[in-house]
Amino acid sequence: MSILHTVNKSPFERNSLASCLKVAAPGAAVLLIEDGVYAGLRGTSAVPLVTAALARVKVYVLGPDLKARGFAAERLLPGIDVVDYAGFVELAVQSAKVQAWL
Amino acid sequence: MSETIKKFLYLNRKAPYGTVYAWESLEVVLIGAAFDQEVSLLFMDDGVYQLIKGQDPSGIGMKNFSPTYRTLGDYEVKSIFVDGESLTARGLMPDDLMRIAWDDPDTQETVENIVTVVDAPRVTALMDAADVVFSF
Repeated sequence: MSILHTVNKSPFERNSLASCLKVAAPGAAVLLIEDGVYAGLRGTSAVPLVTAALARVKVYVLGPDLKARGFAAERLLPGIDVVDYAGFVELAVQSAKVQAWL
Repeated sequence: MSETIKKFLYLNRKAPYGTVYAWESLEVVLIGAAFDQEVSLLFMDDGVYQLIKGQDPSGIGMKNFSPTYRTLGDYEVKSIFVDGESLTARGLMPDDLMRIAWDDPDTQETVENIVTVVDAPRVTALMDAADVVFSF
């Protein structure tokens, strides 16, 4: 079982996502929550970072946090899946542990 | 009461919901409207996310304060500036932002949108022209 990483900070303000992706093992799951969801959007300066990560880890976005901020799933980079709160729980259950990047 | 009208500039650099800065800034702007001042708002860095259209935080149990931005014209806010480079870095277009109207009490005319995208030299000039800058 692998690790579920959660990132709740904007990639434009903190280096939480960059640090997470630097050490996340291949096959790990990375769930973007709260202000972390901005990293999943198309056309941003974080695209090279996230695109490179998508080849190694699975990236998810928490739907309610994306919707709260005014963005539809269509604005996300291809390869990123949207999960709801039940999906968050499911990912946590499937993982050996949950590591939060605050 | 002083007759002196000062230029207030509110600088907003935080995304909404993740922290309380955006909501706090809005509250101060609304309270400050009770005083007769010339008020401008500037959104840069993650602060540009505050103006994104169609916000709906019902699913995260938070209050949707974004419609309040559209009423700012009623609170003495005559101009709202958005840093263009901050939009570009986030893959955003001016069309992603909400439109905010303002009714000129002197001419009775309505300015359809007081949101203006500006470049860095303009931001410098805005800060230079302000008497007070409030940072959030």
